Amino acid sequence: MRTGTTGLRSKDLLGIEPLSAQEIELILDTAEGFKEVSERPIKKVPALRGQLVINLFMEASTRTRVSFEIAEKRLSADTLNFSASGSAVEKGETLIDTAENLMAMRPDMIVIRHKHPGSPKILADRLSASVINAGDGAHEHPTQALLDAFTIRERLGRLSGVNVSIVGDIAHSRVVRSNIHLLTKMGANVTLAGPPTLMPAEIEKMGVRVVHSLDEALEGAEVVMMLRIQLERQGKLSLPSLREYYNTFGLTPERLRRAREGALVMHPGPMNRGVEIASDVADGPWSLILDQVTNGVAVRMAVLYLLAGGHLTES
Amino acid sequence: MNLLIQNGRLIDPANGVDKVVDVLIKNGVVASIGEGLESDSVETIDATGLVVAPGFIDLHTHLREPGQEHKETIQSGTRAAVRGGFTAVCAMANTLPPNDERAVTEMIIAESIRNGECRVYPIGAVSKGLQGEALAELAELRGAGCVAVSDDGRPVYNAQLMRRALEYSRMLGIPVVAHEEDLDLTEGGVMHEGYYSTLLGLKGIPAASEETMVARDVLLAATTGGQLHIAHLSTIGAIEAVRHGRKSGIRVTCEVTPHHLALTDEAVQSYSTSFKMNPPLRSEKHRRALLDAIADGTVDAIATDHAPHHFDEKNVEFDLAPFGIIGLETAFAVSYEILVVSGVIELPRLIELFTSGPAKAFSLPGGSLRKGSPGDVTIVDPEGFTVPGDYASKATNSPFTGGRFRGRIAGTVVGGFVKYLDEESMSSSRKSSEKPKTPKRARKQKG
Repeated sequence: MRTGTTGLRSKDLLGIEPLSAQEIELILDTAEGFKEVSERPIKKVPALRGQLVINLFMEASTRTRVSFEIAEKRLSADTLNFSASGSAVEKGETLIDTAENLMAMRPDMIVIRHKHPGSPKILADRLSASVINAGDGAHEHPTQALLDAFTIRERLGRLSGVNVSIVGDIAHSRVVRSNIHLLTKMGANVTLAGPPTLMPAEIEKMGVRVVHSLDEALEGAEVVMMLRIQLERQGKLSLPSLREYYNTFGLTPERLRRAREGALVMHPGPMNRGVEIASDVADGPWSLILDQVTNGVAVRMAVLYLLAGGHLTES
Repeated sequence: MNLLIQNGRLIDPANGVDKVVDVLIKNGVVASIGEGLESDSVETIDATGLVVAPGFIDLHTHLREPGQEHKETIQSGTRAAVRGGFTAVCAMANTLPPNDERAVTEMIIAESIRNGECRVYPIGAVSKGLQGEALAELAELRGAGCVAVSDDGRPVYNAQLMRRALEYSRMLGIPVVAHEEDLDLTEGGVMHEGYYSTLLGLKGIPAASEETMVARDVLLAATTGGQLHIAHLSTIGAIEAVRHGRKSGIRVTCEVTPHHLALTDEAVQSYSTSFKMNPPLRSEKHRRALLDAIADGTVDAIATDHAPHHFDEKNVEFDLAPFGIIGLETAFAVSYEILVVSGVIELPRLIELFTSGPAKAFSLPGGSLRKGSPGDVTIVDPEGFTVPGDYASKATNSPFTGGRFRGRIAGTVVGGFVKYLDEESMSSSRKSSEKPKTPKRARKQKG
C-alpha cells in the first residue's frame, strides 16, 4: 500500500533524513491539492473522519501546534491537545508511560513536540500509532522544512539548483538540520552562515558550505533563510552581545542588496526583530514569512493524509 | 584444597611463558607449574585446547554497594566478574555514602568476603564526599585496604587539590586514578562532539574536555612525583599526553575500555541509551588511535568501567539517561574479537592487558602465575563464542547485547576455588583435543 511514489514507506515522520527525494516530492505535490482546500468557503474534507490525532506538546509552541490543529480539523480528524504543564508529566511520569497511557485510548496518530532529541523515535518504536515529529530538541523539525520547500517551490518553480543561504544560530536549530537534509536531497545548494560559536561540529559533512560572513553568504543567494537566535538555549559565552550580532549577521535592506535580485527572505519564526532581522526586511516585499505560515497548514494536511494511508491520486 | 588444571596453554606474559603445561594450586596459591603434574586428592580441570591465564583484574568497576543496591550489589557484581573471567575487581568510590572513610572501606571488604565471588579491592575517594574540595583521609583509607584513590564519576577539578592528592598519595604508595573531564567544556554534553552529535542534535562533549585535563594532570604528576593513572582514556590528545609523560619519565599509567575500542559515536544514531557513557563513544579516528596505543604498549590495562544502572533509569530519553554501561561479562570477548581476531595484537599482549598490566599499575598481587602466586586463574576458550544477553549482573545496560563475539570464558578460579565453569567450553575442548584423556572430566573430584 505504502510503496512507490503514491505513499510513504514509514508509518511515522520522524525526520527528513529517512525520506527519499520521491517521498518529499510526493508530500509537496499532495500539499498543493490541500492548499486549495484552505481557500474554499467550507475549508474541510472528510479524509481523516473518525481518526483520533493527539497533539503531544511537551515544549512551548504556538505556530506549529496551531498549524497542526488546523490541518487536523480541516481533514475532519478528532483532535486532542496535551501539554506537559497540568499533566502527569509534572508528577514525574516518564515519556514512555505517558505515551503508553495515551496509546491505550487508541489514537491513530500522535504529533509530538519535545525538547529532547530522539523523543519521537522512542514513541515510534513502541507505539502502533503514526508518530509525527513536530520538533525534537536540536534534531529535526521535518514539517517546517517541508513547508519551507513548498514555499520556495511555489515561488521559484523548482528546488534543484536553487542557492539557499541559512544564517544564524545553526547550532541550536532543528529547522536547519531538516532543511539541510531536504534541500540537499532535492539538489539545492546550501550555504550556512554564522559565527563559529553557533556552528556545530563538522556540519560541512552534511553537504553544505560554511561561511562566517553574511555578505559572503548573501552573494548569489536566491533564498535567504534567517534563524532565530535562541536566547533561551545559549550559554553565556557564545555571543558577546545581541547588538554586535545584529551588526555582524543581522539582515538589513542594505545588506540584502548583496543577494540576487528578487531574493526571497524566509524565517521559521518566532522572530527576534532587530536581532537577526530588521523589521524593514521581515515586513518587506521580499518576505515570505507569512506565506510560510499559510503553507504550513497545507503541508501538514498532506503529511497527516499520507501517513493515514492516503494516496496522491485520491486527493 | 588442591586444584590441578591440566594440559592448558599457559600464557603468562609477566614471565614470558606460552606453553602447554599443568598448573597445581594448593591452599590457595600456585604450588607448581610443569608437565605431567600429579597430585593426590585433587579437583581437576581438563584445559586441553584452552588457554590458561593469570586471573583477570579489572581496575575500574562500579559495584554500587553501599547505597544503590537496586543497580548492583557486591554479590551480583562479583558474580558478573567471575562470569567475565575476572578474579579481582577494583571497586570505585562513588557509592552512597562514598568510600571516603575507613568504615565504608571496611564494609565493602567485609561484604566481599561474606558474599563476593572474587577479590574486591576498594578504591577510596580523593576528596571528602567526592566534593572536590578537601582531601579525604587517604592514609586511613590506605590502611583500611584501599589500593588507589579516585573521585571517578567526576574529575578532581581543582588543580591544587589534584596536586596535593598526588603528593600525599606518593607517601602512601598508591596511585591517583583520574576521571579526566573539563566540566565547563562538557557543559551538559551527552555524547562525543562531532558529526553525529550535529546530526542528532545532541549536545556534544569535545575531545578537548578530556585532553586538557589529562595534559594538566600529567604535568602535575611531573611536578609532584606522584603516580597518576588515567581512567578510561578515549582520545588522541589524551594518548599523546600520556606518551609525552612516559617519555619524560613521569609516572603515568592508563586504561582503555573495551567499548571505546569496539564502538564509535555513529552507534548513537539509534538514540539507544546503552550507548551513553562518559567519556562518550568517540569518532573512528579516536578509536583507531586507541588501537594503536594498545598495540604500541602505551596502554597498561583494559578496564571495564562496569557501570550498572536499573532498567527504568535507562529507559528514558537519551538526554535524561545516566551515563554508563555494564562491561564485566563482555570485556574479554569484545576485546578478543576487536584486538586479536582482527589482528591488532596477539593473544599474549591481550592477556597482559587483563593481568600483569593492571596488577603493575595498582601494585596488586596476582597478574602472573609462578610458584607462590595467588591461585587466581582464568581459563579462556579462544574458539568459543560469547553471545551477550543473559547477564549475572543485576543490570542489562550493555551495547553488546545480541552481538556475537569470538572468545569465551571457560572457567574462573579464585584462590584455588572454582568460581565459574562453563560446561560448554569444557566439553567442546575435549572433543577438539588431539589426545583425549579418557578418565578426566571437567571439575571431577578424585578420591
